Amino acid sequence: MIAERWINGTVIAGILAVLAYAILADEPFTITLLTRVTILALAAVGLNIALGIGGLVSLGHAAFFGLGGYAMGILASHAQTFTPLDLGLFTLPGTKSMPVIWLVAVIISALAAWIIGLLSLRTTGVYFIMITLAFGQMFFYFSISWSAYGGEDGLSIYVRNGFPGVNTLVPAQFFAVCFVALCLALVLFHRLQASPFGLALNAARQVPERVETVGLNPMRLKLVAFIISGAITGLAGALFADLNRFVSPTMFSWQLSGELIVLIIIGGVGRLMGPVIGACLFVALEHWLGGLTDFWHIWLGVILLVIVLFARGGLIGLLTGKEGAHV
Amino acid sequence: MTTLLFIEQILNGLQFGVMLFLMAAGLTLIFGVMGLINLAHGSLYMVGAFAAAAVAGATGSFLLALAAALAAAAVAGALVEITVIRRLYGKAHLDQVLATFALILIFSEGTRWIFGSFPLFLDIPDYLSGPVSLPGGIKYPLYRLALILIGLLVAAGLWWLTARTRIGIQIRAGENDREMIAALGVNISALYTLVFALGAALAGLAGALVGAIQSVQVGMGEPVLILAFVVIVIGGIGSIKGAFIGAILVGLTDTLGGIFLPELFKIFMESGAATQTGSALASMAVYILMGVVLIWRPTGLFGARA
Repeated sequence: MIAERWINGTVIAGILAVLAYAILADEPFTITLLTRVTILALAAVGLNIALGIGGLVSLGHAAFFGLGGYAMGILASHAQTFTPLDLGLFTLPGTKSMPVIWLVAVIISALAAWIIGLLSLRTTGVYFIMITLAFGQMFFYFSISWSAYGGEDGLSIYVRNGFPGVNTLVPAQFFAVCFVALCLALVLFHRLQASPFGLALNAARQVPERVETVGLNPMRLKLVAFIISGAITGLAGALFADLNRFVSPTMFSWQLSGELIVLIIIGGVGRLMGPVIGACLFVALEHWLGGLTDFWHIWLGVILLVIVLFARGGLIGLLTGKEGAHV
Repeated sequence: MTTLLFIEQILNGLQFGVMLFLMAAGLTLIFGVMGLINLAHGSLYMVGAFAAAAVAGATGSFLLALAAALAAAAVAGALVEITVIRRLYGKAHLDQVLATFALILIFSEGTRWIFGSFPLFLDIPDYLSGPVSLPGGIKYPLYRLALILIGLLVAAGLWWLTARTRIGIQIRAGENDREMIAALGVNISALYTLVFALGAALAGLAGALVGAIQSVQVGMGEPVLILAFVVIVIGGIGSIKGAFIGAILVGLTDTLGGIFLPELFKIFMESGAATQTGSALASMAVYILMGVVLIWRPTGLFGARA
């Protein structure tokens, strides 16, 4: 059996190797695919905090992904038409600066996660799954009916937003920005998992009663995890919108929430690199099977079924011979 | 805004509500008895609609189409239960969510493979088309009235089945104690397959009935599925009575909200902004309703356990 840290190192090295190949062979599309992997992995790392450590099966994380995306779309569209954003009490100028957009995306998704978490965490189990799903749908329908920002058609941004010192129009440089964000999130995940907070959260997933007995509030632990989780997924949403230079209600769709969970499961629940491996495999499958047949989702479904029924710990679990976290 | 319009919208809301009930009843029954969260329930709705459209296209008979929808959905449900779902009982909810998510992918793409991406159309039969005059001078489409009636009949039938028949007693006993009724000689796995097929048939029926007023297309089941989730969360998971009341509440809220919220905002806003704010708020109304119910009762109106 292979040690998990070897797998982790191999994955990062593999991504960088593909990047090097793509730069040398001048294949910008491969870099775009890699960027897609990186951003999806970032979103799933966010979800992994709630799902993997906290055991919160959120089927509504697309809400945060979409909020991040719309934060970018709305700010950038105001900047590109030079109209200030009217918030009633005061107006804000739009912006094309990534750090500002990210900050807004993180704050908005954290706020949303706080409210959704407060309501959803009153419940557990199936209720929690369905409620998070319903909140995701609420944002989905809201974005469709809010015609000021494109409604069903979405919003296009003509030029990718800028990051100080980086030319984001060059695929490799934009990839670098996303990759650094992913690495920082992975470091955060790793530190969080080993921190007293992470340990308490882990315990709250397994035996909430005991956590309560030692004087901690499991509900509060889960809420904080949910907020951090939503904020990271929101950041990924802003990056994803920048990758496509397009935001639409599909970013809020419940299929996306499902896919984020799928990424984690393919890789391994609660594993540091689970989401990254999942995202690599998902995008590779999408690209490869999608080229072979228009109906590649059937095969994705079959693969998923096999993983759920026969390979409980995901790919990392299979390689290391350990099942990993039970949710 | 007249009384006539108001009554018409209430009837529309009821019609939507009873169709949601057909979906929600199966979901809540399957959860209550087997403890399974089934995302693929919307796919069975779609299977019913496609079977009905195909049979109606071949034979021209609406009744045959309905029978085909019931049969196809029940058979698909039973097959899925025997091959996949059966392995998921007692597993973590996360596994159930994923496996049934995988089933959705397989069902949706499989249907697209067989029938193509273009929507099919299912016509309302002649004897159910056209408006009917109700007391008070209201003209209302006969077909929608028939849907309300069918929905109410199914609700009554389900109540009778669970409360008055032997199989119903076994189903209710299965909810409470699986080992005990297995020990009493009830074939529990056959009972589970039956319950799953029954839920599937109800979803298929709903798909076929609604398919005649909307288009029959891949992915038609998921929006309804999610509303059905909202319904059972409001009503309390596992409770058929809760599913009925929840479905009617959601149906009325969604329909009336879409019509009256924009009008309401017109009282104190200018027309364009009012329509936009009103319709945006209306699209969220059922979820707000759910939020309110949950703050008040975290396990739903009639739910006993989480």
